[in-house]
Amino acid sequence: MSSLHMEFDVAGNNFVSAGSASDEVKSKLKSIGIDPTIIRKVAIGMYEGEINMVIHAGGGRAIVDLYADYIDVLLKDEGPGIADIELAMQDGYSTAPEAIRDLGFGAGMGLPNMKRFTDEFNLQSEVGVGTEVRMRVYF
Amino acid sequence: MDKSMHTVTLDYDKCKGCVSCMKRCPTEAIRVRNGKAKVLYERCIGCGECVRRCPHQAKLPAYDKFETIKNFKYKIALPAPSLYGQFNNLDSIDRVLNGLIKIGFDEVFEVSAGAELITDATHRMIAQDNLKMPIINSACPAVVELINMCFKSLKGNLLQIKAPVDVAAQIARENAIKRGIPASDIGVFFISPCPAKVFALKTGMCFKKPIIDGVLAISEVYFKLNEVLKDLVDIKPLAKSGSQGINWGVTGGEAEGTNMDRYLAADGVENVLQVLHDMENGKLDYIDFVELNACPGGCVGGVLNIENPFVARARIRNLKSKLKNKVSSFEEVNKPLDFYRWEEQLEVKNVFALDDNRVLALHKMEEIEKILETLPMLDCGSCGAPSCRAFAEDVVNGEVDKDGCVRKEK
Repeated sequence: MSSLHMEFDVAGNNFVSAGSASDEVKSKLKSIGIDPTIIRKVAIGMYEGEINMVIHAGGGRAIVDLYADYIDVLLKDEGPGIADIELAMQDGYSTAPEAIRDLGFGAGMGLPNMKRFTDEFNLQSEVGVGTEVRMRVYF
Repeated sequence: MDKSMHTVTLDYDKCKGCVSCMKRCPTEAIRVRNGKAKVLYERCIGCGECVRRCPHQAKLPAYDKFETIKNFKYKIALPAPSLYGQFNNLDSIDRVLNGLIKIGFDEVFEVSAGAELITDATHRMIAQDNLKMPIINSACPAVVELINMCFKSLKGNLLQIKAPVDVAAQIARENAIKRGIPASDIGVFFISPCPAKVFALKTGMCFKKPIIDGVLAISEVYFKLNEVLKDLVDIKPLAKSGSQGINWGVTGGEAEGTNMDRYLAADGVENVLQVLHDMENGKLDYIDFVELNACPGGCVGGVLNIENPFVARARIRNLKSKLKNKVSSFEEVNKPLDFYRWEEQLEVKNVFALDDNRVLALHKMEEIEKILETLPMLDCGSCGAPSCRAFAEDVVNGEVDKDGCVRKEK
């Protein structure tokens, strides 16, 4: 069975390059003819995740596995971790600093949107160790 | 649709086979084969970027020769707003419009007047229709093609409204017929800043049938006008449009007319690509209206103009300040909204998928990645493809031999 493995470094504190991994994955999905509405789901899920790692974790890695029927996205960082996951998953809850919000980010919709736009969503986090988000979208 | 119709052709003798056009094509639609640039027309969006980038003037934008107007007894000119930006110290639009009559046209209908009707129809559409936000304008045919081919998830955001020239052409023709001029005598000619419009108008993009008889280049008409303008006497009042319509010639002009405060205007095809990526990532959800123009500065940056876009833009601003009215009043304004809507949906295009079958496409992608590991990743273009990835794709698609890389260490 064919599959494609991709890994991306997501640089910390760089809002300009954030989203480049998402753009790359989008172009791959277009090349294999995935439905545009599904591409959009993957794009939003991944982009929000990249931004999260930029804002909160000083960067991280995006590991993507593309199969004929679905795509797996793993976002891994060694940031401060999330103390209260349930609270972090609520719409509008944000711990982003004021300066970041002034840039138009950190509205507290990142994690909820990632969950909303993907078919499977799993978040593991340990304070002081880091966070791992696994997302799957079926085609 | 006439498949042989293209926006750009090649002057074979002038093309040196350099990589300038190929490297800048936003859809990777150019290859250099046998020492000459070859356009993969099914991927071409008609943006004119290759014409702009060619250092040897080998890329020829398509347009009709001025003489073609002689094929019709009754000739109607539709001047684009950017035409006015070509002239220095222009004090009124009437001067240019009278000049057009002098060089052989029987009637003029300003595209800027069509633009004002579109602005009015846009207001009505926003009020009545449940439009998907943010709205993307559809006046630039190259942008519409780009979205249609490469950003399909945003197709639903396109404002499905005709372009100013479309409306101008339809109304001008209707009016002439109403005045008793035989339909077969009427020739309607757009005086255009860009070759993308040639393609859109002649193939009838979003129309059941083509609505224009010819697309003339501003660059050609300019010289004919220049000869007659200085000696022009007895200037008749022909101009109808106000400053709002003229403003469509520059980037942001259409968006300003919508009266939506949260708008974004981007011009230049690379910037347009960036905005479309951001939109697809859900990054621009706080914007209501997105105006995109493939040419730098908007239509004044089209490759069929004479002046550089910044000068033309300054002139249009100056001309606007001299116009008394913001918008003209037309009886046509009362036309039902359906008159302004697209008559047909965009043709579905699937040119960037590696294969119609997803499993085979993924297999091809695996092959591409394997080939990429053997390539130097310099994107030098020497093989005739714009990037190492594009070369690998061409190999997998059986277009070129895998030994075509000239920089690979053997």
